[in-house]
Amino acid sequence: MSELCDLTGQQLAQMLRTGEAGASEVTESVLGRIEALDTRLHAFLTVTADRARDQAAGIDARLRHGEALPAVAGIPLALKDVLVTRGITSTAGSKILEPYVPPYDCTPWARLQTAGSVLVGKTNCDEFAMGSSNENSAYGPVHNPWNLEAVPGGSSGGSAAAVASGEAVWALGTDTGGSVRQPAALCGVVGLKPTYGRISRFGLIAFASSLDHVGTLTRSVLDAATLLSAIAGHDPLDATSLPDEPEDYAQGLDRGVARLRVGVLEDWIAMEGVQPGVTDSVGAAVDRLGALGASVGAVSLPHAEYALSAYYLIAPAECSSNLARFDGVRYGLRVDGDATDVADMNFLTRGAGFGDEVKRRIMLGTYSLSAGYYDAYYGQAQKVRTLVIRDFDAAFERFDVLVAPTSPTTAFRLGERTEDPLAMYLSDIFTIPSDLSGTPAISIPCGVAPDGLPVGFQILGRLRDEATILRTAFALEQDLGLSARPPLLAELASEDA
Amino acid sequence: MPVEIDVEHVARLARLALTPEELERFRRQLGLILEHAEKVQEVAAEDVPPTASPIPRANLFRPDELRPGLSHDEAMSTAPAQEDGRFKVPRIVEEEDRP
Repeated sequence: MSELCDLTGQQLAQMLRTGEAGASEVTESVLGRIEALDTRLHAFLTVTADRARDQAAGIDARLRHGEALPAVAGIPLALKDVLVTRGITSTAGSKILEPYVPPYDCTPWARLQTAGSVLVGKTNCDEFAMGSSNENSAYGPVHNPWNLEAVPGGSSGGSAAAVASGEAVWALGTDTGGSVRQPAALCGVVGLKPTYGRISRFGLIAFASSLDHVGTLTRSVLDAATLLSAIAGHDPLDATSLPDEPEDYAQGLDRGVARLRVGVLEDWIAMEGVQPGVTDSVGAAVDRLGALGASVGAVSLPHAEYALSAYYLIAPAECSSNLARFDGVRYGLRVDGDATDVADMNFLTRGAGFGDEVKRRIMLGTYSLSAGYYDAYYGQAQKVRTLVIRDFDAAFERFDVLVAPTSPTTAFRLGERTEDPLAMYLSDIFTIPSDLSGTPAISIPCGVAPDGLPVGFQILGRLRDEATILRTAFALEQDLGLSARPPLLAELASEDA
Repeated sequence: MPVEIDVEHVARLARLALTPEELERFRRQLGLILEHAEKVQEVAAEDVPPTASPIPRANLFRPDELRPGLSHDEAMSTAPAQEDGRFKVPRIVEEEDRP
């Protein structure tokens, strides 16, 4: 099974440096995997094979000249389709942007491109990143590589499925309510959501601006640190980006967890609706942290039970405002049929261009911001947000990191929750609080449940303290030494044989 | 109790053309979601300040310097309809409104 596309970014970078493999070879391996699998997974909306080959050839030429290249150079990357790319269709998973070929690049891709990263394609996602299963993509769902009948999670499900299956070595996604961490958990990969503002959002198609974070999907913690280091840092084009100096997050990963104070969110683990296989794997990982020398204790976030409700007022309110820009005038779809004036055209375009979940959220936000309801809904939700942040502050006075499941369940079946938006929203219950607080969090695989599907372990840290969650994640990853990959990959290898 | 909302009014405010079937479905679903969201009202928070952003930042300035941006052609390259280098839309005012 171990083809180049199954190795980590760090392993491949090493091979490129020593000449053991070339960037073109690595890119061909990834493109070959996409060719072999993506009709079944549907992780990609656009595959940029020709561009990727050109970029890889360019890297090989530079390597031949003995140039020392950045750690991400020559490594095949996938980008969630909410991140705009110059000259490459960027749909955000929506019909309303089907014709959209952006004239500019988002900052994370601009930085990676400069560093020599090879883009293999744009990944499928829930429309405008609104969803937890990828079933809200206007282009059809992604299938989970561990079980094709199961969802990959969402909204960055295409990025997670691509990384899990070797269709990319790593990928970027976005996390507004858990959209990097939850699919990472459901697909058995590492998903990192850094501090709010750590990665520029210039060129990210906005969903909820006070909650949107760009994050990474990788097959190792070291790769998460490497990819984050390549894209983090202040961007004058994004007023919300942090002014902090760039850091090398890969430094100090191996410092261990001895005496680290780990707070276990025990009432989350014991919550009704958490699958026994999740409870068991997460509990075993907590025990390992203790065995590695961490000081483990129980902690709770008393207002977290209101976080989901607050989120489903704040995120739709911001989305109703952000998505007002899709008016059929300057870009994207236009439906004018027998429109007699411009307002008519707006109504028709938006009615035809948006899918159900997006319409639901726009209407929810419009309602909760409308005259007479603002204080009771949006205003109150913003106050609850303050209380959630205070809970985190109190917990982080006693503990260096908090740990919990990433998602209450493993990947659920396609179609299982599509008729019940509330049941779908509940799958983000453990990831939403840290989007409200803007604090960094990471999900790493901690085992495979009896249903044969991966379980995610979540580590939450203080504002701006990615270093500690990465160090904790790295220690646990090394200790657990998990090597399970989707069974589909073994089948693929035997088909080839 | 599910919240009763005037879904046609909300769709009008949001500029969404919806079918009668969609209106009925959203009326029902939004009522249930709002019922759940109303849980925020159980929290006593009169003297709690609202949070609009997790890392509030205000009065951010940068030097007002010229730098390269999109060219006119690039900016127009995505237009669904254009004429003479301008975005073209269905009429905005009635003929008789014109002076």
